[in-house]
Amino acid sequence: MLIKHRGPGDVRSSEITSETVFYKRRQILKAMGLGAVALGAPLTHAAASGERELYSTNAPLSGPAWLEEKLNTLTPGQYSTRESATPFEYVSTYNNFYEFGTAKTDPAENSQDFVTDPWKVEVAGEAELTGRFNLEDIVNPYALEERVYRLRCVEAWSMVVPWVGFSLADLLKRFKPNSNAKYVRFETLYDPKQMPAQRSRFTTIDYPYVEGLRIDEAMNDLAFLAVGVYGKAMPNQNGAPIRLVVPWKYGFKSIKSIVKIEFTEHRPKTTWEMSNSREYGFYANVNPEVDHPRWSQARERRLPASIFSQNYVETLKFNGYAPQVAHLYKDMDLRKYY
Amino acid sequence: MFKFSVLKFLAFLLCLAPLGYSIYQVYQLQTGGPHVLGADPAKELVLLQGEWTIRFLLLTLLITPLRRLTGWNQLQKVRRMLGLFTFTYASLHLLSYLFLLLELDFSNLGADILKRPYITVGFTAYLFLVPLALTSNNVAMRHLRNRWAVLHRLVYGVAILAVVHVTWLARSSYSEAIAYGVVVAILLVSRVFKDKLSLFRGAFKRPV
Repeated sequence: MLIKHRGPGDVRSSEITSETVFYKRRQILKAMGLGAVALGAPLTHAAASGERELYSTNAPLSGPAWLEEKLNTLTPGQYSTRESATPFEYVSTYNNFYEFGTAKTDPAENSQDFVTDPWKVEVAGEAELTGRFNLEDIVNPYALEERVYRLRCVEAWSMVVPWVGFSLADLLKRFKPNSNAKYVRFETLYDPKQMPAQRSRFTTIDYPYVEGLRIDEAMNDLAFLAVGVYGKAMPNQNGAPIRLVVPWKYGFKSIKSIVKIEFTEHRPKTTWEMSNSREYGFYANVNPEVDHPRWSQARERRLPASIFSQNYVETLKFNGYAPQVAHLYKDMDLRKYY
Repeated sequence: MFKFSVLKFLAFLLCLAPLGYSIYQVYQLQTGGPHVLGADPAKELVLLQGEWTIRFLLLTLLITPLRRLTGWNQLQKVRRMLGLFTFTYASLHLLSYLFLLLELDFSNLGADILKRPYITVGFTAYLFLVPLALTSNNVAMRHLRNRWAVLHRLVYGVAILAVVHVTWLARSSYSEAIAYGVVVAILLVSRVFKDKLSLFRGAFKRPV
């Protein structure tokens, strides 16, 4: 038996290399992307597809016909990390989706009969266009792209996930938010018949699950709405049929199975903040310098880990997305607004 | 010297079963069945050993009230074994944490203890178990006489610390902590009313 020992300051050379490549690549891609917009969209896809292959899985996942059709034209998107993605079987069996149970394997086991089609999303609040929309009509105008993002959980583990979806900002603009729209509030389905843990008496969570973003955060290029992973329709346990992905924040901000999007003037009260505001704040930006009251956030375990190696990596500020998002918080005390 | 007891032998095998199953899982994982323990196998192993520790602890504490209730005195024969298995699983829980999760990186132990109070509580409970395990033999019992029973009341403290440990770990759901807490409370209360328990004996048919 070999037990590998790594000190806290030791960084593997592979990590350093991938970081450098990651930052350079983003600048290049950004320049290419801007050029491509001027010349027409197809070039963006050609340039990007030369960059890397799409992820795929042979897991038996399928969505409604309209989604399957859209998945056929999936293209690699911007901002993807070159780090290799966590294998699909772990992405789909190690989940925090407390509506289906608190153990990591509960969501995969308890969500198999969860009905996600038909699905409606209500858009409400400070916007010109509001109402209840079929999911198909929500997704229809957008070309689906794949974004490989790091996902950092507040529990100090992380994964790399190839999401399939579209820009949150593109969707929000369509509803023409007015000048009172300072925040966006999201809500998960409340359906105790389908979500067994919503019936639990011993939970500190007040369902439905609510999350929120400041409007400028929501309009940031990185904020993403995902309808799939690994080139396929979203598994139920990962937040089907539509979920948020905010890669620079702890995972609990990326709300699953969204049924309502509301533009609000005041900061919404979010679920974890209501449950325990000392431990979970509204902003919840990934930050190695601000510890959780019960554990350190300085490093994370990149899953899958093996029995004899925990695969520790240093946690990066804003989960490594500082170049895109640090400006959003430039005059803020991140210790106070954790 | 040793009298062979079928009850004890069967109990011994049953007590080994969870450990055997964990060894089998690790064997599978290391020989090509990579998904046996999930994406986070070391943590899963640590948690499993912890769960078995608390289950064995509760079983150990159940013996005396059950004996008083049913009058089945043979049960007393397995109490020491259950106690020692509690200590065994607690040791495996601690060792797997130190070797697998901490990776023996003791520079992080200080931070872990300060940041994660449940680790301190769990470790305290373990320290309480050590003298109990050491004095579980006949020689120590004879030597300590009356003081033995007093010393072994530490086990109640261990049970309470174990429940605190589990409660402090929870993020949102307290079902597990409440379940263990209720069982511990019942077992402790049953000690207070120990004389009353035998009154219910009529309800149980005594094995011949």
